[in-house]
Amino acid sequence: MIDPEDLITDDILAYLKTQEEKGLLRFITCGSVDDGKSTLIGRLLWDSKLIFEDQLTELRADSKRLGTQGDEIDYALLLDGLQAEREQGITIDVAYRFFTTDKRKFIVADTPGHEQYTRNMITGASTANVAVILIDARKGVLTQTKRHSFLVSLVGIQNIVLAINKMDLVGYSEDTFDAIKEEYEDFVSGLGFKEIAAIPVSALKGDNIIEQSNNTPWYRGKTLIDFLETVEIDNISVDQPFRMPVQWVNRPNLDFRGFSGTIASGSVRPGDEVVVPSSGKTSRVSRIVTFDGDLKYAFAGQAVTLTLEDEIDISRGDMLCAPDARPAHAAQFEAHLVWMHEDALLPGRSYLIKMGANTAPAMVSDLKYKINVNTLEQQVGKTLELNEIGVCNISVDKEMTFDPFNENRSTGSFILIDRYTNATVAAGMIDFALRRATNIHRQPLDIDKKVRAKMLNQKPRVVWFTGLSGSGKSTIANHVEKRLHSMGKHTYTLDGDNIRHGLNKDLGFTNADRVENIRRVGETAKLFVDAGMIVLVSFISPFRSERRVAREMLDDGEFIEVYVDTPLEICEQRDPKGLYKKARSGALKNFTGIDSAYEAPENAEIVLHGAEKDPEELAEQVIKMLFPSN
Amino acid sequence: MTHLRQLEAESIHIIREVVAEFENPVMLYSIGKDSSVMLHLARKAFYPSKAPFPLMHIDTTWKFREMIEFRDRVTAEYGFDLIVHINPEGLEKGIGPFTHGSALHTDVMKTEGLKQALDKYGFDAAFGGARRDEEKSRAKERIFSFRTSNHRWDPKNQRPELWNLYNTKVTPGESIRVFPLSNWTELDIWQYLYLEDIEIVPLYFSALRPVVERDGLLIMVDDDRMPLEPGENPEMKSVRFRTLGCYPLTAAVESTAASLPEIVQEMLLTKTSERHGRVIDRDQSGSMEKKKQEGYF
Repeated sequence: MIDPEDLITDDILAYLKTQEEKGLLRFITCGSVDDGKSTLIGRLLWDSKLIFEDQLTELRADSKRLGTQGDEIDYALLLDGLQAEREQGITIDVAYRFFTTDKRKFIVADTPGHEQYTRNMITGASTANVAVILIDARKGVLTQTKRHSFLVSLVGIQNIVLAINKMDLVGYSEDTFDAIKEEYEDFVSGLGFKEIAAIPVSALKGDNIIEQSNNTPWYRGKTLIDFLETVEIDNISVDQPFRMPVQWVNRPNLDFRGFSGTIASGSVRPGDEVVVPSSGKTSRVSRIVTFDGDLKYAFAGQAVTLTLEDEIDISRGDMLCAPDARPAHAAQFEAHLVWMHEDALLPGRSYLIKMGANTAPAMVSDLKYKINVNTLEQQVGKTLELNEIGVCNISVDKEMTFDPFNENRSTGSFILIDRYTNATVAAGMIDFALRRATNIHRQPLDIDKKVRAKMLNQKPRVVWFTGLSGSGKSTIANHVEKRLHSMGKHTYTLDGDNIRHGLNKDLGFTNADRVENIRRVGETAKLFVDAGMIVLVSFISPFRSERRVAREMLDDGEFIEVYVDTPLEICEQRDPKGLYKKARSGALKNFTGIDSAYEAPENAEIVLHGAEKDPEELAEQVIKMLFPSN
Repeated sequence: MTHLRQLEAESIHIIREVVAEFENPVMLYSIGKDSSVMLHLARKAFYPSKAPFPLMHIDTTWKFREMIEFRDRVTAEYGFDLIVHINPEGLEKGIGPFTHGSALHTDVMKTEGLKQALDKYGFDAAFGGARRDEEKSRAKERIFSFRTSNHRWDPKNQRPELWNLYNTKVTPGESIRVFPLSNWTELDIWQYLYLEDIEIVPLYFSALRPVVERDGLLIMVDDDRMPLEPGENPEMKSVRFRTLGCYPLTAAVESTAASLPEIVQEMLLTKTSERHGRVIDRDQSGSMEKKKQEGYF
């Protein structure tokens, strides 16, 4: 074999040719601060000659100043990028490293081992094909080793390297190695890994990293690099049924209508039949268009533009699929959820779900159980805190196209986004659809909202009064209802008195219960609207996101948000039910305005200044808004 | 798929996602080799359509003349709309690297200039050509990197980024910087330029150019604004640039590499990293992280 360095010198064109053919492997390293993870990655970069002289000079200076290896080079310092981390001597976030050998290019996700940073590990693992799990040979299999293994299995990684590190500190003992290997294999037997390669290494000394070590004559397996260069990365995605989420509709002119996207799984040729599950329409692929010319064949991972033989309605978020192996198409599914934000999950709250190219409002309708990441035991729970994992039912506002995650990593994964902070709050992996909606066709009912509304001679709507306790909501709503009644309108009022004491009497005043309370009120209001009624809702409804959920249940223009804006001092002065007094004295917990937040509307249809006018005048403002011609 | 084709597909996916999800995206065009790759990928991503966003160059008035010629010619040839922004206050005050030092010059003309331009046009997403292998703080940055309404980056409060599902949500005033070349290395860039036969500024190739040596770095005398120290005499040397920026802040390397394969050959046999030639990085340890927090790309 020719030494690549000679090839670079002698025939650079030939060298470039060999480099073009290289593959790519993404892997993640898991371990704690003390397992020598940064040292291991530093060593890989070092040995693959990716450290330049200026970086080496800097590294030498840093090693003296900050290093933990005396006068030796501290490879870990190559990696710790952010200043704060350097000072603490730990890695706090996901960092990506690159190195290359003659066979493959590698992207390494370097993630921390601290418990509070589970989210970073899930993030790093989500794009990896292989996980390198580090164990300190002196310590053996720890709780965190189990946690890491569970997490990587959760995101679908099937190939594991168990790097038993610091072998130099246990005298390169075969017995120690065997004992750890056995204990580990025993623990992970239920996690569905396809391959586990245990390798005795010393990242610091370089044993079995690139070269077979003379210190471990009893070990006959591959070195770490050998394994990474040769491990078969699943080609499963190419063998799976064809899926391509439509990312962008490509329409340069009237004669061309293409669908751009990255093929998620399977392959496609011109002439292949494809189906769009959202409409059930089928067509055939006519061309696979790329900048470099049309293709005869395209497969998973490629970013292409397809044109179809028929003009069918397709937009971003739709998926082109193999008709003989269709994905699920449903609005409800069960999923594993990893919570990634300091604000805990609130079941019933509306989040945004992003799945492929599809984004829609969604909520966790039922948290079935939590999983203890250390013991894998199921636990009951009402919510998920940061770094907790649970199994739950998710209900989306519209039907989505997906596959179970264990069949397709790409079409079975999603994220949840908080609608107010825009933070990414959770990562999800779909278990299965809850309703096989693909086989169900909705029967439109003959008598619908429109027909009922016509008979009642009115436009059904929800007039939603929100504001602090004592702001005057119910009084104003009462006047509005009287006026509507006198106008011959058919009305109904939902308020605390008839809902809290009946339908919602099982709910308290925690944030989770408040969310559920408003969800039920919204659903009830929706039924009344469907019946053709004008519904007056009078609830404090303190959270913007819940009011938005209620708004989104209805059609455009059906939801009128009335913000009764009365200052807290006035409400407290009025205190019609003596509740503020109780709340101030501590006898009443979670009282809105006192020890629970009220989020004022940002875009209410009407704002009523409750301190400035009397309720009858305010009611008249609402009537004018509802019936401008009167 | 080979690693280059995988990187290409990933970048195209990212570029398309921005166009599909943002209202007013822009591509920052620095005229360098990474920008050339990014431009090429943008053309690929939307073919046969034209890329549906403008390019923007934050000029400092100190770029190499050949860069400006290249910029105007290439963007016109490919039919891109080009916005050129120069910080008017900096221009008025005559801010320059020789008179005000590299740090102030970069801060006013690049960082401030960029923020002004983003605000002026109300861009909600801006593509940049930065790569994670360039510098340690970049290694931790997301592909979709959130910026506050003050353009600040908070390295400790980044959105988790999973699979290829990018959170593109921002409220008005906030923005996202998007780095489609995050996972490319310097070698990948050169290989791809070669493989795809992409045109780059000739300054990357060796030629006889007038240079002076300062603090161990070779600086090209690109125009007569460069004050020469006593005893400094521009010499014609065979040099090229591994990275391009403001000419007084960009060091040349002596080289005879006049083609892409020769550049790759030289790069693989050389022992200094690419950013070594950038004067601004050497000011202090962690300087890039600070600059990024303040809004630098």
